[in-house]
Amino acid sequence: MDIAFIIIAALTFVSALAAISLRNLVHCALSVAVTFVGLALLYLKLGAEFVGFAQIVVYVGAVAILIVFAILLTKSSETSNEPRYSRGAIWSGVVAAVAFAGLVAAISASQVSLTSSPVAPSASVEKIGQDLMSKYVLPLEAIGLLLTAALIGAVIIAMKEKPAEGDEQ
Amino acid sequence: MEFLDQIFIWTKTQVVGALPDVLQVPGSILLSILPIMAVFPLLFALTTVAERKILGRIQNRLGPNRVGPFGFLQWAADGIKTITKEDLVPRNADKIVHFLAPVALLAPVLLAYSVLPFGRGMYAIELDAGLLFFFAVGAGTELAVFMAGWSSRNKYSLLGAMRAVAQMISYELPLLLSAVSVVMIVGSLNPNEIVAAQEGFKGAGGLIPNWHVFTPWGLAGFGLFMIAAAAESNRSPFDLPEAESEIIAGYFVEYSGMKFATFFLAEYLGLFVISSLGIVLFLGGWHAPAPFALFEIVPSWAWFMGKLVTIIFCFIWVRGTLPRLRIDQLMNFAWKFMLPMTLINLLVVAIWQYALAWDFVGAGLLRWLICGGLLVGPYLALGQGLMNSRNWGKRTYRYAS
Repeated sequence: MDIAFIIIAALTFVSALAAISLRNLVHCALSVAVTFVGLALLYLKLGAEFVGFAQIVVYVGAVAILIVFAILLTKSSETSNEPRYSRGAIWSGVVAAVAFAGLVAAISASQVSLTSSPVAPSASVEKIGQDLMSKYVLPLEAIGLLLTAALIGAVIIAMKEKPAEGDEQ
Repeated sequence: MEFLDQIFIWTKTQVVGALPDVLQVPGSILLSILPIMAVFPLLFALTTVAERKILGRIQNRLGPNRVGPFGFLQWAADGIKTITKEDLVPRNADKIVHFLAPVALLAPVLLAYSVLPFGRGMYAIELDAGLLFFFAVGAGTELAVFMAGWSSRNKYSLLGAMRAVAQMISYELPLLLSAVSVVMIVGSLNPNEIVAAQEGFKGAGGLIPNWHVFTPWGLAGFGLFMIAAAAESNRSPFDLPEAESEIIAGYFVEYSGMKFATFFLAEYLGLFVISSLGIVLFLGGWHAPAPFALFEIVPSWAWFMGKLVTIIFCFIWVRGTLPRLRIDQLMNFAWKFMLPMTLINLLVVAIWQYALAWDFVGAGLLRWLICGGLLVGPYLALGQGLMNSRNWGKRTYRYAS
Protein backbone atom coordinates (compact mmCIF):
# COMPACT_ATOMS: atom_id res chain seq x y z
CA MET A 1 0.00 0.00 0.00
CA ASP A 2 2.47 2.59 -1.08
CA ILE A 3 1.86 6.28 -1.48
CA ALA A 4 1.33 6.19 -5.23
CA PHE A 5 -1.51 3.71 -4.91
CA ILE A 6 -3.14 5.75 -2.15
CA ILE A 7 -3.02 8.91 -4.25
CA ILE A 8 -4.39 7.24 -7.39
CA ALA A 9 -7.11 5.45 -5.46
CA ALA A 10 -8.09 8.69 -3.71
CA LEU A 11 -8.28 10.51 -7.06
CA THR A 12 -10.47 7.80 -8.57
CA PHE A 13 -12.71 7.62 -5.53
CA VAL A 14 -13.19 11.37 -5.20
CA SER A 15 -13.93 11.86 -8.89
CA ALA A 16 -16.38 8.96 -8.89
CA LEU A 17 -18.18 10.50 -5.91
CA ALA A 18 -18.19 13.84 -7.70
CA ALA A 19 -19.59 12.20 -10.80
CA ILE A 20 -22.68 11.05 -8.96
CA SER A 21 -23.27 14.02 -6.75
CA LEU A 22 -22.50 17.21 -8.65
CA ARG A 23 -25.38 19.40 -9.71
CA ASN A 24 -24.25 20.31 -13.18
CA LEU A 25 -24.48 17.40 -15.61
CA VAL A 26 -21.47 18.36 -17.72
CA HIS A 27 -19.35 18.64 -14.56
CA CYS A 28 -20.43 15.09 -13.75
CA ALA A 29 -19.37 13.93 -17.20
CA LEU A 30 -15.96 15.56 -16.79
CA SER A 31 -15.56 13.89 -13.38
CA VAL A 32 -16.33 10.55 -15.02
CA ALA A 33 -13.50 11.27 -17.46
CA VAL A 34 -11.17 11.89 -14.48
CA THR A 35 -12.31 8.55 -13.00
CA PHE A 36 -11.36 6.84 -16.25
CA VAL A 37 -7.93 8.45 -16.07
CA GLY A 38 -7.60 7.21 -12.47
CA LEU A 39 -8.36 3.67 -13.61
CA ALA A 40 -5.79 3.98 -16.37
CA LEU A 41 -3.21 5.10 -13.80
CA LEU A 42 -4.01 2.00 -11.73
CA TYR A 43 -3.41 -0.19 -14.77
CA LEU A 44 -0.12 1.58 -15.41
CA LYS A 45 0.92 1.10 -11.83
CA LEU A 46 0.34 -2.63 -12.20
CA GLY A 47 2.67 -2.64 -15.18
CA ALA A 48 0.05 -3.15 -17.89
CA GLU A 49 1.18 -0.41 -20.27
CA PHE A 50 -0.93 -1.40 -23.24
CA VAL A 51 -4.16 -1.72 -21.28
CA GLY A 52 -3.57 1.57 -19.48
CA PHE A 53 -2.96 3.58 -22.63
CA ALA A 54 -5.76 1.80 -24.47
CA GLN A 55 -8.06 2.73 -21.56
CA ILE A 56 -7.20 6.40 -22.08
CA VAL A 57 -7.62 6.25 -25.85
CA VAL A 58 -10.94 4.43 -25.70
CA TYR A 59 -12.54 5.78 -22.55
CA VAL A 60 -11.30 9.35 -22.29
CA GLY A 61 -10.91 9.88 -26.01
CA ALA A 62 -14.16 8.35 -27.18
CA VAL A 63 -16.58 7.32 -24.43
CA ALA A 64 -16.29 10.53 -22.41
CA ILE A 65 -16.79 12.61 -25.54
CA LEU A 66 -19.79 10.47 -26.44
CA ILE A 67 -21.24 11.12 -22.99
CA VAL A 68 -20.78 14.88 -23.21
CA PHE A 69 -22.24 15.02 -26.71
CA ALA A 70 -25.23 12.99 -25.53
CA ILE A 71 -25.77 15.42 -22.64
CA LEU A 72 -25.41 18.42 -24.90
CA LEU A 73 -27.72 17.31 -27.61
CA THR A 74 -30.50 15.95 -25.43
CA LYS A 75 -30.79 17.91 -22.22
CA SER A 76 -30.64 21.55 -21.33
CA SER A 77 -27.64 22.38 -19.24
CA GLU A 78 -29.54 24.21 -16.56
CA THR A 79 -29.29 22.68 -13.13
CA SER A 80 -32.40 20.89 -11.98
CA ASN A 81 -34.27 21.85 -8.83
CA GLU A 82 -34.97 18.33 -7.62
CA PRO A 83 -33.85 17.40 -4.13
CA ARG A 84 -30.41 15.84 -3.95
CA TYR A 85 -31.39 12.50 -2.44
CA SER A 86 -34.24 10.52 -3.90
CA ARG A 87 -36.95 9.05 -1.68
CA GLY A 88 -35.59 5.54 -1.38
CA ALA A 89 -32.07 6.68 -0.61
CA ILE A 90 -31.59 4.77 2.66
CA TRP A 91 -32.75 1.42 1.29
CA SER A 92 -30.60 1.76 -1.84
CA GLY A 93 -27.66 2.54 0.46
CA VAL A 94 -28.31 -0.69 2.39
CA VAL A 95 -28.53 -2.73 -0.82
CA ALA A 96 -25.31 -1.18 -2.12
CA ALA A 97 -23.49 -1.93 1.16
CA VAL A 98 -24.67 -5.56 1.12
CA ALA A 99 -23.55 -5.98 -2.50
CA PHE A 100 -20.17 -4.44 -1.69
CA ALA A 101 -19.72 -6.75 1.30
CA GLY A 102 -20.54 -9.74 -0.88
CA LEU A 103 -18.01 -8.68 -3.49
CA VAL A 104 -15.28 -8.14 -0.89
CA ALA A 105 -15.98 -11.58 0.60
CA ALA A 106 -15.87 -13.23 -2.81
CA ILE A 107 -12.61 -11.55 -3.82
CA SER A 108 -10.90 -12.27 -0.49
CA ALA A 109 -11.77 -15.95 -0.70
CA SER A 110 -10.76 -16.31 -4.33
CA GLN A 111 -7.61 -17.71 -5.88
CA VAL A 112 -6.10 -14.31 -6.64
CA SER A 113 -5.60 -13.19 -3.08
CA LEU A 114 -4.53 -16.59 -1.75
CA THR A 115 -1.25 -16.80 -3.65
CA SER A 116 1.42 -15.12 -1.60
CA SER A 117 3.60 -13.58 -4.28
CA PRO A 118 2.08 -14.02 -7.72
CA VAL A 119 4.49 -13.97 -10.63
CA ALA A 120 3.34 -11.20 -12.93
CA PRO A 121 3.21 -12.39 -16.53
CA SER A 122 5.04 -10.25 -19.02
CA ALA A 123 2.57 -7.93 -20.68
CA SER A 124 4.69 -6.63 -23.48
CA VAL A 125 2.89 -5.42 -26.57
CA GLU A 126 4.39 -8.18 -28.66
CA LYS A 127 3.05 -10.86 -26.35
CA ILE A 128 -0.40 -9.24 -26.32
CA GLY A 129 -0.38 -9.14 -30.10
CA GLN A 130 0.63 -12.78 -30.40
CA ASP A 131 -1.99 -13.86 -27.89
CA LEU A 132 -4.70 -11.86 -29.61
CA MET A 133 -3.91 -13.48 -32.90
CA SER A 134 -3.55 -17.05 -31.68
CA LYS A 135 -5.32 -17.82 -28.42
CA TYR A 136 -7.98 -15.12 -28.45
CA VAL A 137 -8.64 -14.71 -32.15
CA LEU A 138 -12.27 -15.80 -31.85
CA PRO A 139 -13.22 -13.13 -29.26
CA LEU A 140 -11.32 -10.59 -31.35
CA GLU A 141 -13.31 -11.38 -34.46
CA ALA A 142 -16.55 -11.47 -32.47
CA ILE A 143 -15.81 -7.99 -31.09
CA GLY A 144 -15.04 -6.77 -34.60
CA LEU A 145 -18.39 -8.09 -35.77
CA LEU A 146 -20.14 -6.38 -32.85
CA LEU A 147 -18.46 -3.05 -33.59
CA THR A 148 -19.35 -3.29 -37.27
CA ALA A 149 -22.96 -3.93 -36.37
CA ALA A 150 -22.94 -0.92 -34.03
CA LEU A 151 -21.42 1.27 -36.74
CA ILE A 152 -23.97 0.20 -39.32
CA GLY A 153 -26.75 0.75 -36.80
CA ALA A 154 -25.51 4.26 -36.07
CA VAL A 155 -25.34 5.11 -39.76
CA ILE A 156 -28.85 3.80 -40.33
CA ILE A 157 -30.26 5.81 -37.42
CA ALA A 158 -28.54 8.98 -38.56
CA MET A 159 -29.25 8.61 -42.25
CA LYS A 160 -31.68 11.01 -43.83
CA GLU A 161 -34.95 9.22 -44.51
CA LYS A 162 -36.01 9.18 -48.12
CA PRO A 163 -39.67 10.30 -48.43
CA ALA A 164 -41.84 7.25 -49.07
CA GLU A 165 -43.06 7.27 -52.63
CA GLY A 166 -46.77 6.60 -52.31
CA ASP A 167 -47.43 8.71 -49.23
CA GLU A 168 -47.09 12.30 -50.28
CA GLN A 169 -48.60 13.34 -53.57
CA MET B 1 32.03 14.61 -34.27
CA GLU B 2 30.72 12.29 -31.67
CA PHE B 3 31.12 14.90 -28.95
CA LEU B 4 28.91 17.51 -30.61
CA ASP B 5 26.29 14.87 -31.24
CA GLN B 6 26.16 13.85 -27.59
CA ILE B 7 26.81 17.25 -26.08
CA PHE B 8 23.45 17.53 -24.35
CA ILE B 9 23.62 14.04 -22.90
CA TRP B 10 27.19 14.67 -21.73
CA THR B 11 26.11 17.93 -20.07
CA LYS B 12 23.28 16.21 -18.31
CA THR B 13 25.44 13.39 -16.98
CA GLN B 14 27.97 15.91 -15.68
CA VAL B 15 25.35 17.98 -13.89
CA VAL B 16 23.53 14.99 -12.44
CA GLY B 17 26.82 13.50 -11.31
CA ALA B 18 27.66 16.70 -9.47
CA LEU B 19 24.42 16.63 -7.50
CA PRO B 20 24.20 14.96 -4.08
CA ASP B 21 22.85 11.42 -4.10
CA VAL B 22 19.38 12.25 -2.81
CA LEU B 23 18.74 14.78 -5.55
CA GLN B 24 20.04 12.69 -8.42
CA VAL B 25 16.80 11.10 -9.59
CA PRO B 26 14.68 14.28 -9.41
CA GLY B 27 17.55 16.21 -10.94
CA SER B 28 17.81 13.79 -13.82
CA ILE B 29 14.09 13.97 -14.46
CA LEU B 30 14.15 17.75 -14.32
CA LEU B 31 17.08 17.96 -16.70
CA SER B 32 15.30 15.70 -19.17
CA ILE B 33 12.22 17.90 -19.18
CA LEU B 34 13.91 21.29 -19.13
CA PRO B 35 15.25 21.24 -22.72
CA ILE B 36 11.78 20.37 -24.04
CA MET B 37 10.22 23.21 -22.05
CA ALA B 38 12.89 25.60 -23.24
CA VAL B 39 13.29 24.73 -26.90
CA PHE B 40 9.76 24.20 -28.08
CA PRO B 41 8.12 27.36 -26.73
CA LEU B 42 11.04 29.29 -28.24
CA LEU B 43 10.42 27.52 -31.53
CA PHE B 44 6.76 28.48 -31.16
CA ALA B 45 7.71 32.12 -30.70
CA LEU B 46 9.94 32.13 -33.77
CA THR B 47 7.31 30.25 -35.77
CA THR B 48 4.65 32.88 -35.11
CA VAL B 49 6.89 35.59 -36.55
CA ALA B 50 8.12 33.41 -39.42
CA GLU B 51 4.56 32.47 -40.25
CA ARG B 52 3.42 36.06 -40.46
CA LYS B 53 6.37 37.02 -42.60
CA ILE B 54 6.11 34.02 -44.93
CA LEU B 55 2.35 34.44 -45.28
CA GLY B 56 2.97 38.09 -46.01
CA ARG B 57 5.44 37.29 -48.74
CA ILE B 58 3.07 34.74 -50.26
CA GLN B 59 0.37 37.41 -50.25
CA ASN B 60 2.73 39.95 -51.84
CA ARG B 61 3.24 42.13 -48.80
CA LEU B 62 5.86 42.43 -46.07
CA GLY B 63 5.10 40.81 -42.74
CA PRO B 64 5.80 42.56 -39.44
CA ASN B 65 9.01 44.53 -39.81
CA ARG B 66 9.04 47.12 -37.05
CA VAL B 67 10.14 45.30 -33.91
CA GLY B 68 13.75 44.17 -33.98
CA PRO B 69 15.84 43.32 -37.05
CA PHE B 70 13.44 42.58 -39.90
CA GLY B 71 10.65 42.15 -37.36
CA PHE B 72 12.09 39.09 -35.68
CA LEU B 73 11.46 40.31 -32.16
CA GLN B 74 7.73 40.55 -32.82
CA TRP B 75 7.17 37.55 -30.58
CA ALA B 76 8.47 39.45 -27.58
CA ALA B 77 6.07 42.31 -28.29
CA ASP B 78 3.21 39.83 -28.69
CA GLY B 79 4.15 38.13 -25.46
CA ILE B 80 4.18 41.37 -23.49
CA LYS B 81 0.85 42.32 -25.03
CA THR B 82 -0.87 39.08 -24.07
CA ILE B 83 0.46 39.14 -20.54
CA THR B 84 -0.73 42.66 -19.89
CA LYS B 85 -4.17 42.24 -21.44
CA GLU B 86 -7.24 42.21 -19.24
CA ASP B 87 -8.52 38.71 -18.57
CA LEU B 88 -12.23 38.82 -19.37
CA VAL B 89 -14.49 36.00 -18.24
CA PRO B 90 -18.14 36.18 -19.35
CA ARG B 91 -20.55 36.58 -16.46
CA ASN B 92 -22.53 33.46 -17.32
CA ALA B 93 -19.50 31.33 -17.98
CA ASP B 94 -18.76 28.25 -15.99
CA LYS B 95 -15.79 29.59 -14.08
CA ILE B 96 -13.98 26.40 -13.09
CA VAL B 97 -14.23 24.71 -16.47
CA HIS B 98 -13.42 27.98 -18.25
CA PHE B 99 -10.27 28.26 -16.18
CA LEU B 100 -9.22 24.64 -16.57
CA ALA B 101 -9.72 24.32 -20.32
CA PRO B 102 -6.42 25.95 -21.42
CA VAL B 103 -4.54 23.91 -18.81
CA ALA B 104 -6.29 20.72 -19.92
CA LEU B 105 -5.26 21.49 -23.50
CA LEU B 106 -1.62 22.30 -22.78
CA ALA B 107 -0.77 19.46 -20.39
CA PRO B 108 -1.39 16.49 -22.74
CA VAL B 109 0.46 18.22 -25.57
CA LEU B 110 3.53 18.70 -23.39
CA LEU B 111 3.30 15.10 -22.19
CA ALA B 112 3.47 13.85 -25.76
CA TYR B 113 6.97 15.31 -26.22
CA SER B 114 8.43 12.94 -23.68
CA VAL B 115 8.53 9.76 -25.76
CA LEU B 116 10.02 11.14 -28.98
CA PRO B 117 13.76 10.89 -29.66
CA PHE B 118 15.11 14.24 -30.81
CA GLY B 119 18.62 13.02 -31.39
CA ARG B 120 20.77 9.97 -30.82
CA GLY B 121 19.72 8.86 -27.33
CA MET B 122 17.90 12.11 -26.59
CA TYR B 123 14.53 11.05 -25.31
CA ALA B 124 12.92 11.78 -21.98
CA ILE B 125 11.24 8.40 -21.38
CA GLU B 126 11.58 5.09 -23.13
CA LEU B 127 8.24 3.32 -23.14
CA ASP B 128 7.56 -0.04 -24.67
CA ALA B 129 4.20 1.25 -25.91
CA GLY B 130 5.46 4.77 -26.62
CA LEU B 131 3.40 5.35 -29.75
CA LEU B 132 0.23 4.34 -27.93
CA PHE B 133 1.10 6.76 -25.13
CA PHE B 134 1.43 9.51 -27.72
CA PHE B 135 -2.01 8.87 -29.17
CA ALA B 136 -3.52 8.43 -25.72
CA VAL B 137 -2.48 11.90 -24.65
CA GLY B 138 -3.64 13.22 -28.00
CA ALA B 139 -7.10 11.98 -27.08
CA GLY B 140 -7.04 14.20 -24.03
CA THR B 141 -6.93 17.33 -26.15
CA GLU B 142 -10.35 16.69 -27.63
CA LEU B 143 -12.03 16.85 -24.25
CA ALA B 144 -10.23 20.11 -23.50
CA VAL B 145 -11.50 21.66 -26.74
CA PHE B 146 -15.02 20.70 -25.77
CA MET B 147 -14.54 22.14 -22.28
CA ALA B 148 -13.42 25.43 -23.77
CA GLY B 149 -16.34 25.70 -26.12
CA TRP B 150 -19.03 24.67 -23.68
CA SER B 151 -17.93 26.70 -20.69
CA SER B 152 -18.15 29.99 -22.56
CA ARG B 153 -21.97 29.74 -22.77
CA ASN B 154 -21.86 31.19 -26.23
CA LYS B 155 -23.60 29.76 -29.29
CA TYR B 156 -20.63 30.35 -31.57
CA SER B 157 -18.20 28.78 -29.12
CA LEU B 158 -20.34 25.71 -28.74
CA LEU B 159 -20.80 25.35 -32.47
CA GLY B 160 -17.08 25.78 -33.05
CA ALA B 161 -16.25 23.30 -30.30
CA MET B 162 -18.60 20.66 -31.65
CA ARG B 163 -17.24 21.09 -35.16
CA ALA B 164 -13.68 20.96 -33.86
CA VAL B 165 -14.31 17.80 -31.84
CA ALA B 166 -16.08 16.14 -34.78
CA GLN B 167 -13.14 17.06 -37.01
CA MET B 168 -10.55 15.79 -34.54
CA ILE B 169 -12.37 12.49 -34.03
CA SER B 170 -12.83 11.95 -37.76
CA TYR B 171 -9.19 12.55 -38.58
CA GLU B 172 -7.89 10.49 -35.69
CA LEU B 173 -8.67 7.27 -37.57
CA PRO B 174 -6.52 7.99 -40.67
CA LEU B 175 -3.79 9.32 -38.35
CA LEU B 176 -3.68 6.16 -36.27
CA LEU B 177 -4.03 3.79 -39.22
CA SER B 178 -1.21 5.41 -41.18
CA ALA B 179 0.99 5.13 -38.09
CA VAL B 180 -0.05 1.48 -37.73
CA SER B 181 1.32 0.76 -41.22
CA VAL B 182 4.78 1.72 -39.91
CA VAL B 183 4.30 -0.38 -36.78
CA MET B 184 3.46 -3.38 -38.97
CA ILE B 185 6.81 -3.21 -40.74
CA VAL B 186 8.94 -2.38 -37.72
CA GLY B 187 7.18 -4.69 -35.29
CA SER B 188 7.40 -2.41 -32.28
CA LEU B 189 5.56 0.53 -30.75
CA ASN B 190 8.76 2.01 -29.35
CA PRO B 191 9.78 5.21 -31.19
CA ASN B 192 13.47 4.48 -30.65
CA GLU B 193 13.15 1.13 -32.40
CA ILE B 194 11.18 2.74 -35.22
CA VAL B 195 14.03 5.21 -35.77
CA ALA B 196 16.62 2.44 -35.52
CA ALA B 197 14.80 0.46 -38.20
CA GLN B 198 15.38 3.31 -40.65
CA GLU B 199 19.13 3.49 -40.54
CA GLY B 200 21.41 2.50 -43.34
CA PHE B 201 21.22 3.11 -47.01
CA LYS B 202 20.04 1.08 -49.95
CA GLY B 203 19.67 1.38 -53.68
CA ALA B 204 22.28 1.66 -56.38
CA GLY B 205 25.46 3.03 -54.90
CA GLY B 206 23.94 3.11 -51.43
CA LEU B 207 22.68 6.62 -51.82
CA ILE B 208 18.99 6.32 -50.93
CA PRO B 209 18.38 6.26 -47.19
CA ASN B 210 16.36 3.47 -45.68
CA TRP B 211 13.64 5.84 -44.51
CA HIS B 212 10.06 4.69 -44.69
CA VAL B 213 9.09 7.60 -46.90
CA PHE B 214 11.11 6.13 -49.78
CA THR B 215 8.79 3.14 -50.15
CA PRO B 216 5.39 3.27 -51.90
CA TRP B 217 3.40 2.62 -48.74
CA GLY B 218 5.62 5.05 -46.82
CA LEU B 219 5.04 7.81 -49.34
CA ALA B 220 1.28 7.32 -49.25
CA GLY B 221 1.35 6.90 -45.48
CA PHE B 222 3.42 10.06 -45.01
CA GLY B 223 1.03 12.08 -47.14
CA LEU B 224 -2.01 10.75 -45.30
CA PHE B 225 -0.33 11.24 -41.93
CA MET B 226 0.57 14.85 -42.68
CA ILE B 227 -2.93 15.67 -43.92
CA ALA B 228 -4.46 14.07 -40.82
CA ALA B 229 -1.92 15.94 -38.67
CA ALA B 230 -2.96 19.26 -40.19
CA ALA B 231 -6.58 18.41 -39.48
CA GLU B 232 -5.85 17.27 -35.93
CA SER B 233 -4.18 20.53 -35.00
CA ASN B 234 -6.85 22.64 -36.70
CA ARG B 235 -4.42 24.02 -39.21
CA SER B 236 -5.35 25.48 -42.56
CA PRO B 237 -6.95 24.27 -44.81
CA PHE B 238 -8.79 22.50 -41.99
CA ASP B 239 -9.16 25.46 -39.67
CA LEU B 240 -12.88 26.04 -40.02
CA PRO B 241 -13.54 25.62 -36.28
CA GLU B 242 -11.29 28.53 -35.44
CA ALA B 243 -11.21 30.71 -38.50
CA GLU B 244 -11.60 34.38 -37.91
CA SER B 245 -13.71 35.03 -40.94
CA GLU B 246 -16.05 32.10 -40.42
CA ILE B 247 -16.99 31.59 -36.85
CA ILE B 248 -15.11 34.40 -35.11
CA ALA B 249 -12.43 32.11 -33.75
CA GLY B 250 -14.86 29.43 -32.66
CA TYR B 251 -14.24 27.78 -29.36
CA PHE B 252 -11.82 30.30 -27.95
CA VAL B 253 -13.72 33.44 -28.73
CA GLU B 254 -14.37 34.18 -25.05
CA TYR B 255 -10.76 33.86 -24.01
CA SER B 256 -8.48 36.85 -23.80
CA GLY B 257 -4.99 37.62 -22.66
CA MET B 258 -2.89 34.86 -21.20
CA LYS B 259 -5.53 32.13 -21.61
CA PHE B 260 -5.75 32.85 -25.31
CA ALA B 261 -1.98 32.77 -25.49
CA THR B 262 -2.05 29.36 -23.78
CA PHE B 263 -4.48 28.07 -26.41
CA PHE B 264 -2.32 29.45 -29.17
CA LEU B 265 0.79 27.90 -27.60
CA ALA B 266 -0.95 24.54 -27.17
CA GLU B 267 -2.08 24.53 -30.79
CA TYR B 268 1.36 25.24 -32.17
CA LEU B 269 3.08 22.86 -29.76
CA GLY B 270 0.59 20.21 -30.90
CA LEU B 271 1.61 20.93 -34.48
CA PHE B 272 5.29 20.54 -33.61
CA VAL B 273 4.82 17.31 -31.71
CA ILE B 274 2.77 15.68 -34.42
CA SER B 275 5.28 16.77 -37.08
CA SER B 276 8.01 15.29 -34.90
CA LEU B 277 6.10 12.02 -34.77
CA GLY B 278 5.80 12.11 -38.55
CA ILE B 279 9.55 12.59 -38.77
CA VAL B 280 10.16 9.67 -36.39
CA LEU B 281 7.76 7.39 -38.26
CA PHE B 282 8.50 8.21 -41.87
CA LEU B 283 11.46 10.53 -42.31
CA GLY B 284 14.05 8.50 -40.44
CA GLY B 285 14.10 10.45 -37.19
CA TRP B 286 17.54 11.89 -36.53
CA HIS B 287 19.35 10.02 -39.33
CA ALA B 288 21.28 11.94 -41.96
CA PRO B 289 19.97 11.73 -45.53
CA ALA B 290 23.18 10.63 -47.24
CA PRO B 291 26.23 8.59 -46.28
CA PHE B 292 28.78 11.33 -47.00
CA ALA B 293 31.32 12.18 -44.35
CA LEU B 294 30.29 15.82 -44.48
CA PHE B 295 26.80 14.89 -43.39
CA GLU B 296 28.08 12.83 -40.50
CA ILE B 297 29.66 15.93 -38.97
CA VAL B 298 26.28 17.54 -38.47
CA PRO B 299 24.87 16.31 -35.15
CA SER B 300 21.77 14.12 -35.06
CA TRP B 301 19.64 16.68 -33.24
CA ALA B 302 20.47 19.24 -35.90
CA TRP B 303 19.14 16.90 -38.59
CA PHE B 304 15.95 16.41 -36.58
CA MET B 305 15.50 20.15 -36.13
CA GLY B 306 16.19 20.74 -39.79
CA LYS B 307 13.52 18.27 -40.81
CA LEU B 308 11.08 19.78 -38.30
CA VAL B 309 11.69 23.31 -39.59
CA THR B 310 11.17 22.12 -43.18
CA ILE B 311 7.85 20.52 -42.30
CA ILE B 312 6.73 23.66 -40.44
CA PHE B 313 7.63 25.71 -43.50
CA CYS B 314 5.53 23.38 -45.65
CA PHE B 315 2.58 23.80 -43.29
CA ILE B 316 2.87 27.59 -43.49
CA TRP B 317 3.18 27.35 -47.25
CA VAL B 318 0.01 25.26 -47.49
CA ARG B 319 -1.79 27.72 -45.25
CA GLY B 320 -1.01 30.56 -47.58
CA THR B 321 -1.93 28.67 -50.69
CA LEU B 322 -5.04 26.56 -50.25
CA PRO B 323 -8.53 27.84 -49.43
CA ARG B 324 -10.33 26.61 -46.39
CA LEU B 325 -12.48 23.49 -46.52
CA ARG B 326 -16.14 23.62 -45.47
CA ILE B 327 -17.18 21.33 -42.65
CA ASP B 328 -19.04 18.90 -44.89
CA GLN B 329 -16.13 18.83 -47.33
CA LEU B 330 -13.76 18.07 -44.43
CA MET B 331 -15.88 15.23 -43.13
CA ASN B 332 -16.41 13.74 -46.57
CA PHE B 333 -12.70 13.90 -47.20
CA ALA B 334 -11.92 12.11 -43.94
CA TRP B 335 -14.46 9.33 -44.12
CA LYS B 336 -14.82 8.72 -47.83
CA PHE B 337 -11.30 9.32 -49.09
CA MET B 338 -8.71 9.10 -46.34
CA LEU B 339 -10.11 6.14 -44.45
CA PRO B 340 -10.28 3.85 -47.51
CA MET B 341 -6.81 4.99 -48.58
CA THR B 342 -5.32 4.18 -45.17
CA LEU B 343 -6.97 0.77 -45.14
CA ILE B 344 -5.59 0.06 -48.61
CA ASN B 345 -2.22 1.28 -47.36
CA LEU B 346 -2.33 -1.37 -44.63
CA LEU B 347 -2.96 -4.02 -47.26
CA VAL B 348 -0.09 -2.69 -49.37
CA VAL B 349 2.22 -2.82 -46.34
CA ALA B 350 1.37 -6.49 -45.88
CA ILE B 351 2.07 -7.20 -49.56
CA TRP B 352 5.36 -5.26 -49.37
CA GLN B 353 6.43 -7.18 -46.29
CA TYR B 354 5.70 -10.43 -48.09
CA ALA B 355 7.41 -9.28 -51.27
CA LEU B 356 10.60 -8.33 -49.43
CA ALA B 357 11.49 -12.02 -49.48
CA TRP B 358 11.61 -12.13 -53.27
CA ASP B 359 15.07 -12.62 -54.54
CA PHE B 360 15.05 -12.72 -58.34
CA VAL B 361 16.39 -10.11 -60.74
CA GLY B 362 14.12 -7.07 -60.98
CA ALA B 363 12.36 -7.97 -57.74
CA GLY B 364 12.71 -4.44 -56.42
CA LEU B 365 11.12 -2.89 -59.49
CA LEU B 366 8.31 -5.44 -59.48
CA ARG B 367 7.65 -4.74 -55.79
CA TRP B 368 7.44 -1.03 -56.45
CA LEU B 369 5.16 -1.52 -59.45
CA ILE B 370 2.73 -3.79 -57.65
CA CYS B 371 2.53 -1.78 -54.45
CA GLY B 372 2.51 1.55 -56.27
CA GLY B 373 -0.21 0.37 -58.62
CA LEU B 374 -2.30 -0.87 -55.70
CA LEU B 375 -2.12 2.62 -54.21
CA VAL B 376 -2.42 4.79 -57.32
CA GLY B 377 -5.37 2.86 -58.70
CA PRO B 378 -7.77 3.37 -55.79
CA TYR B 379 -6.51 6.94 -55.39
CA LEU B 380 -7.56 7.81 -58.94
CA ALA B 381 -10.75 5.79 -58.73
CA LEU B 382 -11.82 7.33 -55.41
CA GLY B 383 -10.97 10.80 -56.62
CA GLN B 384 -12.91 10.41 -59.85
CA GLY B 385 -15.81 8.69 -58.13
CA LEU B 386 -16.20 11.26 -55.38
CA MET B 387 -15.95 14.16 -57.77
CA ASN B 388 -18.37 12.73 -60.29
CA SER B 389 -20.94 12.08 -57.61
CA ARG B 390 -21.18 15.79 -57.01
CA ASN B 391 -22.69 16.59 -60.41
CA TRP B 392 -20.43 19.44 -61.29
CA GLY B 393 -21.94 21.29 -64.19
CA LYS B 394 -20.46 23.90 -66.40
CA ARG B 395 -19.93 27.13 -64.53
CA THR B 396 -22.80 29.58 -65.06
CA TYR B 397 -22.64 33.29 -64.47
CA ARG B 398 -25.50 35.46 -63.38
CA TYR B 399 -25.08 39.15 -63.97
CA ALA B 400 -26.96 41.95 -62.32
CA SER B 401 -29.34 43.52 -64.75
